[in-house]
Amino acid sequence: MSMFSIFNVSGSAISAQSQRLNVVASNLANADAVAGPDGQGYKSRQVVFETTPMGADASSGVRVSSVKESNEPLRKVHNPSHPSADAEGYVTHSNVNPVEEMVNMISASRSYQNNVEVMNTAKTLLLKTLQMGQ
Amino acid sequence: MFANITSGLDLHSKALVLRAERQRVIASNIANADTPGYVARDLNFKDAMNAATSGGLSASSSSAQGSGTNGMTNSRHIPLSGGSIGTLGGASNLAYTAQTQPSLDGNSVDLDRERANFVDNSVRYEATLRFINGQSKTILSAIQGQ
Repeated sequence: MSMFSIFNVSGSAISAQSQRLNVVASNLANADAVAGPDGQGYKSRQVVFETTPMGADASSGVRVSSVKESNEPLRKVHNPSHPSADAEGYVTHSNVNPVEEMVNMISASRSYQNNVEVMNTAKTLLLKTLQMGQ
Repeated sequence: MFANITSGLDLHSKALVLRAERQRVIASNIANADTPGYVARDLNFKDAMNAATSGGLSASSSSAQGSGTNGMTNSRHIPLSGGSIGTLGGASNLAYTAQTQPSLDGNSVDLDRERANFVDNSVRYEATLRFINGQSKTILSAIQGQ
């Protein structure tokens, strides 16, 4: 029954989108994080999606191929009274852009909803197919 | 004699399999709406149904010869070979959808269109299901003669 692989396809998409949402959450949580003594601040992370074949011939799911760190420069704020300030009085913050992350979050949650809807429709159709001839 | 009674049922069963096939392809498109470089695919239901009804179960070989069905614009183009899907040979009718709003990451999924297609396809799937149910009820009442 070919419709059963819809659950695999949409399931893979849901898991990939929830991982994206996870990454967004950790980015937003660390948006105001200050670099430690080693000077390495938090770098924002982004997931990379990749198409992956799923069971039957033409159905293709999604998987997260890698989580990449952003190469943008860390944000430096002049605040000499801060305990983590360096010799010139600068404090290194993370390079997270909160606006970008919020947009990313909305996009991820919409895609998640779409795939849940697809699964629900497939389930309804399969249940009706089971009742065939009754 | 009995073959005549069930021939209508046979047609609808083929349509049902193809509808399920298309449903799966559209689900793949929706799942890959955010994947860079993914090219959306779709099933040409009319051609697939023609291939399924004319050639019966060996439709895949006949549709491969009938060039021009796979979206080919030239008879010398190499036909798409997407492997064999199911038993009806629907794979040869899998085409790539045209891009309406080209995106920079090479993804050609139009989510609005895919969602519309998905709903449309599920309604038609259910309609086919009801045809089968109605027909089987008719046959049953004819057998029982009550």
